[in-house]
Amino acid sequence: MPFACIHVPNFILQAALRIEPQLRIQPAGILDGNPPFVTVIAKNKKAGSLGLQIGMTKSQAEQIQGLQLRRRSIEHETAAHAALVDLALSFSPRIEETAADTIILDLAGLAQLFGGFEKLAQRLGRRAKKFGLSAQVAVGSNPEAAQLAARGFASVTVLAPDEEMERLGSLPITALNLSLEIRETLERWGVRTCQALAALPVAQLSERLGQEGVRLQELARGASERTLIPTIAAMEFEEAMELDTAVSELEPLSFLLGRLLDQLCRRLSARALATNEIRLRMELERGEDEIFGIVEKRTNSGMYGMKRDTPSSASAKSTASIYEHALRLPLAMRDSKALLRLWRLHLEAHPPASPIVKITMTAEPAKVRFAQSGLFVPLSPDPEKLEITMARTGHFVGAANIGSPELLDTHRPLSFRVGRFNPLEASLPANDFGGSSVSSGVSVRISSGASSEDPVALLPATALRVFRPAMPARVEARANSREDTGDKTRDNSRDTSHATTSKVHAPARVYFGGVWGDVMTASGPWRTAGDWWTEDPWNQDEWDLEIEFPVPAFSHMAKGTQKTESARARGVYRIVRERATGDWFVRGVYD
Amino acid sequence: MVASGIPEIDHLTGGLPRGCLTEISGPIGSGRTSLLISLLSALTKREESCALVDGRDSFDPCGAQEAGVALGRLLLVRCTNIEQALRAADLLLHGGGFGLVALDLSDLPIASVRRVPLNVWFRFRRMVENTPTVFILLEQESCAKTCASLVLRLEMKMARWRSIHKSGEGNMQPTLLSGLQFNAEVMRCRFERAKSDDGWPGGSASRNSAASDFAAVDSYEGTRCSFESKPGWTELTKKRGKNCEI
Repeated sequence: MPFACIHVPNFILQAALRIEPQLRIQPAGILDGNPPFVTVIAKNKKAGSLGLQIGMTKSQAEQIQGLQLRRRSIEHETAAHAALVDLALSFSPRIEETAADTIILDLAGLAQLFGGFEKLAQRLGRRAKKFGLSAQVAVGSNPEAAQLAARGFASVTVLAPDEEMERLGSLPITALNLSLEIRETLERWGVRTCQALAALPVAQLSERLGQEGVRLQELARGASERTLIPTIAAMEFEEAMELDTAVSELEPLSFLLGRLLDQLCRRLSARALATNEIRLRMELERGEDEIFGIVEKRTNSGMYGMKRDTPSSASAKSTASIYEHALRLPLAMRDSKALLRLWRLHLEAHPPASPIVKITMTAEPAKVRFAQSGLFVPLSPDPEKLEITMARTGHFVGAANIGSPELLDTHRPLSFRVGRFNPLEASLPANDFGGSSVSSGVSVRISSGASSEDPVALLPATALRVFRPAMPARVEARANSREDTGDKTRDNSRDTSHATTSKVHAPARVYFGGVWGDVMTASGPWRTAGDWWTEDPWNQDEWDLEIEFPVPAFSHMAKGTQKTESARARGVYRIVRERATGDWFVRGVYD
Repeated sequence: MVASGIPEIDHLTGGLPRGCLTEISGPIGSGRTSLLISLLSALTKREESCALVDGRDSFDPCGAQEAGVALGRLLLVRCTNIEQALRAADLLLHGGGFGLVALDLSDLPIASVRRVPLNVWFRFRRMVENTPTVFILLEQESCAKTCASLVLRLEMKMARWRSIHKSGEGNMQPTLLSGLQFNAEVMRCRFERAKSDDGWPGGSASRNSAASDFAAVDSYEGTRCSFESKPGWTELTKKRGKNCEI
């Protein structure tokens, strides 16, 4: 049963290079340790050629000109290891996390799928490069042989079953991860290669080194057999970046976010996943306000500036402010460019208060959206483009002012909210067949039970244009029109509308927007009330009024309208009277 | 072409053209919004996504849903001024994929709409052409000039009121708004279509469906029609109807 091993040499450095790929062409070293004992723990070849050595102190390393030094970051290493796991899982479901820098894959049944182990190993190497890691890949008949070859040989190695012992024999015994004691013993014996170790008699080796010696010899022969310990990989996709210099401008920040998003999207892609929620967490540099705020608490005085270097202000570092936001998407996507544009738009609208020192980005995995397009599929915007369009539009109209209208579960007139627009999840209302329609949790019954043969049912509905906010109006009312025998008969005794009487008075003249209009026909009052048990009840009388204006209607709203003195314009308006206050408002016009 | 859902308008125009700028102008109460709602209802029933850029936040979703608009397929952008509305329309057209993009400037001052440079409308026209999107501009006066492929002028003819006979009292009075009547006139039409046997462009076959016979024969600017609308039955007006018929 064949196995493959991916090994990332110089893992600590490569984890840093994965986040900062520009360091690949520069001499770079990694520092670790607590001050003042900070030493170099990893370096690349260019740094070595400049004289950098492992174990050098920070001050010694800083003497070398042109050298890029970075602190060791556990977050970078964790993310690099997670990327390695994702890479392995994109080839085989059975993998073992042998070490942070080493993964072993079970290749059973994969040779035909990838056209042979040679091609598979090459693809593993290429895929690792896409993940920003330069890996050594080896295929062997057992996990240990594959691991030994991956650690020992550069690039891609495929060990045929009959030549494993011969190929592994050329490796030094240090490739076997020996303990110091056994290593010294073997060196005293003059055993320096795996071939020499494999040639030793087993019984005598066992007498002198015990079972560990026998195990090492089996490893050196490539004959070690052990069961793979499969990993159940966690579905966690997180990338982090700690910055040496705080970033305060959007351009460099978006550059860094782009790198993190690229890595996240590659990892999601390797697992055939996408994301519908990305969380961004940024640690901010201690801002001026924060310093002052803390000092103010301690000193209770207004002399803030004098206290900036005191121990109390230093403690503010531990309470660095955090900028957190989650970008929720209506559908799963993994286009890093589209995601970056969305984050840019969000950060432009809501910039962090202080420069950023650390960025952590987490993606919530979701299944990839599959869409079958066709000639007869209805027109719908591309979801990724739509999300960007909505974000850009929301940037200047406000995020609350763009979306799909959703009716609220209330009888309050004209109540709705703007929800998220997601045409893929939208369903048709059933109200065109006279049934009840349910949309967004609101049931709206259709009044007309007429069949499709009813000519009235085929007519378009009269739409109401709503005035937001409702326009205040003055109304001159007359005696109850319900008692009249005809609508043309007018009562000359008009009174003001503000008087609260028990009798119902039909409006006769209406004044709003600077114009008086005569009411030609009135329909009402239609009383509605509700929510009396809340702090925001409503109780009102509604009227439908056909009003004739001496000037073109609505000139009060459209100030550019040319007024013609002789012209008169009619319109049908909906006017309400608040029963609690007696005030009149124009709610809208039928258009 | 897209059927507007109003047979008379479809008969008059043969439907509204895709990939073109269509202007619907008229004073307040002239039926522009009813035509728009009817169009939204027709398109969302066909599962097309639509966008409405509301220049003065005057859209009534309750009435729209009851008129058959699938609100889940409608993207509403509530603007407060003309700059926002134009910019939003620009972005939506640029994004593409909508069956209908409606820019409603009806309630904005005419002077500010007139001040919109012609190149803006020209840009909209270029963005929408060769796309399957119907771009509709609602306003009080036509302002897109030659950029509009179809200009419809609407006006209200009359309001119809229903008199209810109240049992026991024997008196008649207008109590319910039973609909509005509108006139529509084609002011400009840049495309041509064949005349049918009955003398109407498009023929009777196009009454309820999108016309497909725009071969090239006759221009029909200046032709008119009338259409009616039924009341927008809200919960409230439904109760009114019940109360009156008791």
